[in-house]
Amino acid sequence: MFALLHRLIILCRKELLAILKDPSSRVVLIMPVFMQSFLFGYAATYDLNNAPYAVLDQSRSAVSTELIAKLDSGGVFHRVASLTSEQEIAQVINSGEALLVLRFGPTFADELQAGGVADLQVILDARNSNSAGSAAAYIGAVVNAFNQDWSRRHGGSGPALTIESRAWYNPNLETRWYFMPSMIASLAFLQTLMLTALSVAREREQGTFDQLLVTPMSPTEIMIGKVVPPIMIGLVQSTIVMMVTMHWFEVPMAGSFVTLYMGLVFFLISSVGMGLAISALSANMQQAMLYAFMLIMPLMLLSGLATPVRNMPEPIQILTYANPMRFAIDLIQRVYLEGVGIATVWYDLVPLSVIAMLTLPWAAWLFRHRLV
Amino acid sequence: MSSASAAVRIEGVHKRFVDKESGRTIVALRDIHLAIPRGTLCAFVGPDGSGKTTLLRLMAGLLRVDAGTIDMLGVDVRRDPQQIQDRISYMPQRFGLYEDLSVQENLDLYADLHGVAAEARVQRYQRLMDITGLARFTNRPAGKLSGGMKQKLGLACTLVRSPELLLLDEPTVGVDPLSRVELWEIVEQLRRDEQLTVIISTAYLDEAQRCAQVYVMHEGEVLAHGTPESLSQHACGRCFTASGDSRAPGRILQSQLLDAVDMVIDAVPLGGAVRFVLNEATAPDAAPLHAILKGARIEAEAPRLEDGFMVLMRAKLQHAAAEPRSAVPRLAARASPAPDPLAAGGAMIEVRDLVRKFDDFVAVNSTSFAVSRGEIFGLLGPNGAGKTTTFRMLCGLLPATSGFLQVAGVNLRTARADARRRIGYVSQKFSLYGNLSVLENLEFFGGAYGLRGKRLRERIDTVLEQFELRGLERTPSGHLPGGFKQRLGMAVGLLHEPDILFLDEPTSGTDPLARREFWRRITSLADTGVTIIITTHFLEEAEYCDRILIQDAGELKALGTPRDVWVQAGHSATSSLNMERAFIDIVQQSRQAEILRNAEVAHGA
Repeated sequence: MFALLHRLIILCRKELLAILKDPSSRVVLIMPVFMQSFLFGYAATYDLNNAPYAVLDQSRSAVSTELIAKLDSGGVFHRVASLTSEQEIAQVINSGEALLVLRFGPTFADELQAGGVADLQVILDARNSNSAGSAAAYIGAVVNAFNQDWSRRHGGSGPALTIESRAWYNPNLETRWYFMPSMIASLAFLQTLMLTALSVAREREQGTFDQLLVTPMSPTEIMIGKVVPPIMIGLVQSTIVMMVTMHWFEVPMAGSFVTLYMGLVFFLISSVGMGLAISALSANMQQAMLYAFMLIMPLMLLSGLATPVRNMPEPIQILTYANPMRFAIDLIQRVYLEGVGIATVWYDLVPLSVIAMLTLPWAAWLFRHRLV
Repeated sequence: MSSASAAVRIEGVHKRFVDKESGRTIVALRDIHLAIPRGTLCAFVGPDGSGKTTLLRLMAGLLRVDAGTIDMLGVDVRRDPQQIQDRISYMPQRFGLYEDLSVQENLDLYADLHGVAAEARVQRYQRLMDITGLARFTNRPAGKLSGGMKQKLGLACTLVRSPELLLLDEPTVGVDPLSRVELWEIVEQLRRDEQLTVIISTAYLDEAQRCAQVYVMHEGEVLAHGTPESLSQHACGRCFTASGDSRAPGRILQSQLLDAVDMVIDAVPLGGAVRFVLNEATAPDAAPLHAILKGARIEAEAPRLEDGFMVLMRAKLQHAAAEPRSAVPRLAARASPAPDPLAAGGAMIEVRDLVRKFDDFVAVNSTSFAVSRGEIFGLLGPNGAGKTTTFRMLCGLLPATSGFLQVAGVNLRTARADARRRIGYVSQKFSLYGNLSVLENLEFFGGAYGLRGKRLRERIDTVLEQFELRGLERTPSGHLPGGFKQRLGMAVGLLHEPDILFLDEPTSGTDPLARREFWRRITSLADTGVTIIITTHFLEEAEYCDRILIQDAGELKALGTPRDVWVQAGHSATSSLNMERAFIDIVQQSRQAEILRNAEVAHGA
């Protein structure tokens, strides 16, 4: 038992030394994690900030001026042009100068005064449907508020029904709150997958694998030696992303660290299992790299990170059960933002364990039986 | 020699490199002067790291000189490297064949790269196919060719256009003797027919002997140059053979002679006897010498290039070290001999009807042999003969398709992992962790074999001493010079004191000096009872072995002591043996028999 433990320790030590002794690989393992956390935190956002818009105010009334002033001071929109003719609308939208154009018709103020109902036209550049949707929703909210205010001021009873939204777990609906916790899993995933995919392939290519196989170490031991160090590295990377999320972007962590790390360990074991299977299948590093890249894109897409899994067609939803990232992201978001405990997210651990239990023994078998 | 007739003229060339890791400057070449006449065959010989490759790359205009001039075909290389590259061909050590492309596609690719006109190709291809014998394989992917064939294809690709000068960097490393002979025939034919100037670097002195001019290089300097005959004269009157008891392996007397460092410069087992070179101070009838020779018959021999080379090298090394060469450290007898269930005369390795197929291809066909304890057993054969496959099956790295196989009483592939503790393995190419230091590699593999604590420390100290790796403990093993890497590989293989040591082509591409040292260690290992299984391309090394096995096309062709094999090759038992001859005879006989058999089958049908 002690001998076994000793062998495992020296295997892990060797693996860590081989990875970390190289200054360039040390940099590659740490720097991109920081870089990408900041990149995602700042750059990957659907939130509107200073969205450019233009106004074609043909009514030139007090009401329209009041509404424009509200938009200008809201911080979300930034007026880039005041148009004078309808021909100019197409021009500012096509050139991308403005995301939307607000058109107050010549009779806007009169209709409002007369019947209390007037049309306000919003022309949106929907080439990016996400930002166009957010902009429309925001304009809607501003107009809604204006309506209530208007009816109160003009002696009306106000609308019978108003909708008040409360966004739970992300009160200000910031994309960052959604993205950053997902990054805790997905950034570590990319690198642990690559690291393990290359590890056996590298040893095969350099001939060290034969040297390892002729020692008294069993394939299972060799595999454990290959599994543990990437998990350790993956945990360090996840911790870095989490620290950046909590302390730099100040997204509050609602759940327990124990639950979060337990989920991460399950997740990393299953991704290392995938990496090892790739590695055992490949004859050389180039093949391993190609296989890994081939997998990473669909795994990212099917993880629910960019688009919700429930929006996907049924057969593809089934496919996502083979994707460890889907469950890791679900688990981390729920623990981090909702603060739920293991009693609620245990079901995410099941597919993760199944993936690990299939890939790891398969990789161990391939170690000895694949002929190169 | 007039300057017009010189193909290459090098004057005062210096070249330095800066090691990126340590920031140290390494002097690769120091004040080189040489002149090579047109239409001749010229060789650079010398140990690893003596600057042969650097010099060739400078001549090809791939590197720039730090000082001095290189004049190639009347052009200053520094001023116009492109013109030189258009007129010469250079074949680097690892020629860039595209393994997934066929032989023909590789040729076409290189012809395209060199802009060879379509009309010119037809004729040129025809000629290249004729001399290389590749015509039958034009559709085969280059990756599926044997090592010798690959080198021939590399040479053919280098020669798709007719260059005025050909540079070859160690073209025969890892190539079996048969293919080596063929490669040299190609080169000589080209020189004759096309008046080509050929410059070759090689670690093999029997090859250099075929050249008109030989430059002996050492640590970036030209130590000596001249015809092979004139270089041989350095050992004039000092070469002898001692023939004693023909049954005992020559390596025993050879190692004793080699250890007499104050008298003997070099000794090798050769032709069933031992050939040795004495130093200047020792007369052939000196009493201490005869104490070693114990009445063996001594005859004077004509010096060979290798003898001259060894004299030059030893003189240089002695001068540099300012102290006499020390004998290779002796191995202490084992502290605790491992308990051996087979000690009572049983075989350490037993193989019966071993077969290995890859799909339809039979790599090893019903091979049987046994190896007993303390034996040095050599696996020989041309490239692709099945010796590596046999070797890997013995180590447990490859399952056998059928047959019986036991190493130290078990089949390593199916036995408990513990059984592997009894074998040591040293692969052909360096296969330790390059970015781990020497000490870290030793610690890791020691631990892998279950050594720890004080025992591990002791063993590491012992092997560091034994393989003269002291002072290099912290060096990343990937940065070690070639010879040191091989010694570290051996140190790792022997760290756990295995009963059986497997060595896969350990001497491929190493110079005679390093080979002597290597075999001296192997001989003393065998003396301590370690069984040694070794594959080699050097036929003269077969004479270090107790018994050898020759395979060709997966079949066992000959098995026995070197003398047995000599007899099996059809020679008389009393004639002086020549293992290279024996090998070539056996392989050619079996191939002719194969052709005859095929013809009969065809005729019968």
